[in-house]
Amino acid sequence: MTEERALRGRTAIVGVAESDLGEVGPGVTALDLTEQAAGRALDDAGLTITDVDAVFSHSAFYPMPTVVLAERMGIRPRYSDSTATGGSSFLAHVRHATAAIEAGMCEVALIAYGSNQRSASGGLISSGQNHIPSYEAPFGPRLPVSAYALAAARHMHEFGTTREQLAEVAVAARLWAQRNPAAFERGDLSIDDVLNARMVSSPLTVRDCCLVTDGGGAVVLTSAERARDLPKPPIYYLGAAEAHWHMNISQTPDLTVTSAAQTGPRAFDLAGLTPADVDVVELYDAFSINTLLFLEDLGFCAKGEAGDFVSGGGIAPGGHLPVNTNGGGLSYCHPGMYGIFTLIESTRQLRGEAGDRQVADAHVALAHGNGGMLSSQVTVLLGDASVV
Amino acid sequence: MTDGLPGSPAEVPEHVGGPHAAYQALLAAGVLSFQACGACSSAVFPPRGRCSSCGADALQWRVSTGHGTVYSATTLTPRDRAAYSVVLVDLDEGYRMMSRIDQAPVAIDTRVTARLVRSGDDVLPVFDAEGEDR
Repeated sequence: MTEERALRGRTAIVGVAESDLGEVGPGVTALDLTEQAAGRALDDAGLTITDVDAVFSHSAFYPMPTVVLAERMGIRPRYSDSTATGGSSFLAHVRHATAAIEAGMCEVALIAYGSNQRSASGGLISSGQNHIPSYEAPFGPRLPVSAYALAAARHMHEFGTTREQLAEVAVAARLWAQRNPAAFERGDLSIDDVLNARMVSSPLTVRDCCLVTDGGGAVVLTSAERARDLPKPPIYYLGAAEAHWHMNISQTPDLTVTSAAQTGPRAFDLAGLTPADVDVVELYDAFSINTLLFLEDLGFCAKGEAGDFVSGGGIAPGGHLPVNTNGGGLSYCHPGMYGIFTLIESTRQLRGEAGDRQVADAHVALAHGNGGMLSSQVTVLLGDASVV
Repeated sequence: MTDGLPGSPAEVPEHVGGPHAAYQALLAAGVLSFQACGACSSAVFPPRGRCSSCGADALQWRVSTGHGTVYSATTLTPRDRAAYSVVLVDLDEGYRMMSRIDQAPVAIDTRVTARLVRSGDDVLPVFDAEGEDR
């Protein structure tokens, strides 16, 4: 059996793209946006549908999403994976695709997502309908935000984290978004603006919460050998890890520790790296508390210290660690499941294609996906040719 | 706790179906229940078929006193009803549940007691801060 560490550098991202983002208007479906992103990512990779032999997708809009997408695009895959762990799914797909490519089960993997939630409903679309009883919904939480609010309240209680420190996360995201022409919210935002915004589920205001936008994204992954013949510089897979410890927030034993505390160290071990080696960090910031929890759990600071870590613009442009350089789910784009965009932005940063928001000398990126109610965590480490 | 398990034994009505139905039937009879594992003594909630701590097929229904401590709380202020708090309560028997307290805000570490209220066809355990008259 192959040692997982042997997967380091064996596959690479060779194509990435977004669909139209923001508010696409009526008459455009979630599948239209998925197809659009997938087609653009194949163009970016210099590949066509005839090259794709593996499809990976997840959707809250239509069941059997890989089968639906493959029919739409005219792809007849020999490998199909609709792993559904919420917004982290697409990072899990990268790990699964790497294993499948290394095992010879496929060669070119297309990973895609699309959502028209803003134009269709104006609200967050969640995956699937529940036909089993809930031990939470009858008590009136506003999910998902109340789940994250409970985590934030506990973090504040245990570590003295403040609402101002949560607001720093939203302000840093906005400052990055102002450098990203594709970002949905680019107006000025201050700490006071966040604190004084409408309270949704205390201690989180509407500005601590992700956007509700339309949008799609896609990633093309292939073997390192094939990647070297393609037009864009390969962005190599260095290591990845998945974990989930609960689904419902009431079932997590410690609200201040996510299973990223397991995926971070495992991914770093597989990649032979430490947090100090990471040049750019793309975290799934569905809510401001996510960024604090993941910075701690992934090892960028000690447990309880993320509030101080982000203070004074610590993760904003010019800070000590570039985090969510596209503006994140808080200011750039959040079409229901954001995970694919952490991979797209990581790739662009490592290629040097990030324009006004480009991080200098970026060779290693960490992409981290979250799914459910802080439930599923997936960490992917990527690097350019200098680190493989 | 004479049998070494948290809580006291609960009598489950017969022919109630799965674990959720049993829990609902006990609530309808005025009993707040949880499960405890006869193999490892863990308290288990919400209801399920086997122990999620050790995997044993040894869960027993237990009566909870309904006394607990607020582990975390969030306040919601809807336009169409009074503000309320959604809480996670750590029950004294060693299990955690989400519930509601019709008070806002609620401080973490507040001692609370369950109160069963009818909601449509179901009975729900909501909580009140201890020492406050209802």
